Amino acid sequence: MTSARPTNRLWLAANAFGATLRRDLAVTRRELPQFLVQALIQPMFFLLIFCKILPSIGLASGNFAALMLPGIVGLTELMAAIQGITLPLVLDLGFAREIDDRLLAPMPVWLVAAEKVLFGALRGMVAGAVIFPAAWWVLGSHYAVRGDRIGVLIGMIVLAGFAGAGIGLVIGTVVKPEQISLMFALILTPLLFTGCTYYPWSALSSIRWFQVVTLFNPLTYAAEGLRYAMVPPMHGHTMATLPMPWVLAALAVTLVLCFGFGARTFRSRVVS
Amino acid sequence: MPTLPPAIEVRDLVKRYAKANVNAVDGVTFSVGAGEIFGLLGPNGAGKTTTIGVLTTSVLPTSGAAAIMGLDVAEDPIGIKQRIAVVPQQSNLDRSLRVREILTFHAAYHGVPRREREQRADALLDELGLGDRKNDRVARYSGGMAQRLMVARALMHTPDVLFLDEPTNNLDPQSRLFLWDRIRALNAQGLTILLTTHDMSEADQLCGRIAIMDKGRILVNDTSAELKKLIPGGNALELRVSLPAPDAGARMLETLRGLAGVSKVDELDAGAPSAPDEEMGVATYRLYAERAPALVGPATQAALLAGAQVRDLHVKQPSLEDVFIYLTGRHLR
Repeated sequence: MTSARPTNRLWLAANAFGATLRRDLAVTRRELPQFLVQALIQPMFFLLIFCKILPSIGLASGNFAALMLPGIVGLTELMAAIQGITLPLVLDLGFAREIDDRLLAPMPVWLVAAEKVLFGALRGMVAGAVIFPAAWWVLGSHYAVRGDRIGVLIGMIVLAGFAGAGIGLVIGTVVKPEQISLMFALILTPLLFTGCTYYPWSALSSIRWFQVVTLFNPLTYAAEGLRYAMVPPMHGHTMATLPMPWVLAALAVTLVLCFGFGARTFRSRVVS
Repeated sequence: MPTLPPAIEVRDLVKRYAKANVNAVDGVTFSVGAGEIFGLLGPNGAGKTTTIGVLTTSVLPTSGAAAIMGLDVAEDPIGIKQRIAVVPQQSNLDRSLRVREILTFHAAYHGVPRREREQRADALLDELGLGDRKNDRVARYSGGMAQRLMVARALMHTPDVLFLDEPTNNLDPQSRLFLWDRIRALNAQGLTILLTTHDMSEADQLCGRIAIMDKGRILVNDTSAELKKLIPGGNALELRVSLPAPDAGARMLETLRGLAGVSKVDELDAGAPSAPDEEMGVATYRLYAERAPALVGPATQAALLAGAQVRDLHVKQPSLEDVFIYLTGRHLR
């Protein structure tokens, strides 16, 4: 009716994608204290109990903290990424329909899903990154992270964030609102305990069946990749981790499969 | 000068949902010219919302085609989304945002430049009577205010076609009248509007043309006045009288039937809404005729001759409800 409209579909879609991301970031910025508390409270207690209290009373060795910290970073990051997508998506697709306004924005439906993944990944990365200063504060002299693989560390944090967001998209589009509590029990709990968070993968060699089970959990690869990047050499030995090509391949495959599947289910939930 | 395509064009549209054994929309064809207010009228389940769904890209057609401003909905959903706006039945306002942000972000999604979207948000909030609540959270909004906010949001990217799905369904009478006024004003500015409703008076009040839908099909599609002409006998004369004696009713009926030009006379039962008076000896008759007003004189005379006292006499215009009943044999709700 009034001013000239942009006609380039590519520009329209890219702009809508950017504006949607800005919306998510604006909402998160407003809830930043809540987000940080939510992201930090569990890992802080993990670090306190497992890396400070237990070694102090002789129930764990002193360098346990160095092995555990990468696992905590991976776990926190994946959970933050998953939760950043899953809960809003389950509610939106279930009954709130607040996402409708974004679905009517001039962009393809899959791009709305892609924005969710990017946003979830960013949330995960921030949650993972803030663990470092928190851990430094809680662990004090037990804080040990090698500084010579910082590039790998950043890469791992980015990749783990996207993998977690991909998982979140799948859960968010598959789970119905009435199944939310079941989801926590059935999906998140096994993810939490079979992901090599509290133990390095190589140490499981004596329990072969469990070692194999952990390979089906994307968190295993995130935790092991982060161990590779973070655990300093002890007594002149570099810690044995899952080979990095496996780690990278597994996380990339997780992302691709989850996004492919999640974007399809997302579409089928919003376009009938 | 090239002829403009119709604002909305729907051809042989069929939609069958997965696992359903009937078509939700079953071969619908209509077109809406630019600047029209067009109504889809029908009971729940008639296929109105599915038809809107196809036109707003949230439902994929099983067969047939639909286009808006000459763009095919299946081929160019991005172009379609740029040209349309939807006000849904139930609130889908983004509750994480404040009122004004709901408008500015909506415009941002559509690529409206910052300065323009800020100005437009303020103007629309004032226009819709929400100017003093712009920093509220939506959770505090009443149904009527949420509806107005959704209308404001819809207008933020200056669409060509506005879809209103049962716009006043859950509104109090005051909000309803306000919204009707807004809809007329928007239409006067050139906006094409398609609305669905199962409210007869709403369709009658607002729509230039109305398509009556039932069971996935369009039964008729015309102006309100033309639709009402579908009822045979056109209009009717309603006559209420006090009878001199309880047995005078039969004779009265006989006399009325004998009047020239009368095609049919119904005696309405006392329980009917048009004859709420349950007084003894009061009867209401409906006389159908091609030209009901011409019966005023003869009917009064017939009543006086029968010794009855005329309580009320009026020419009754058929309503869209009557048209729907005539076409389907069922009430709308």
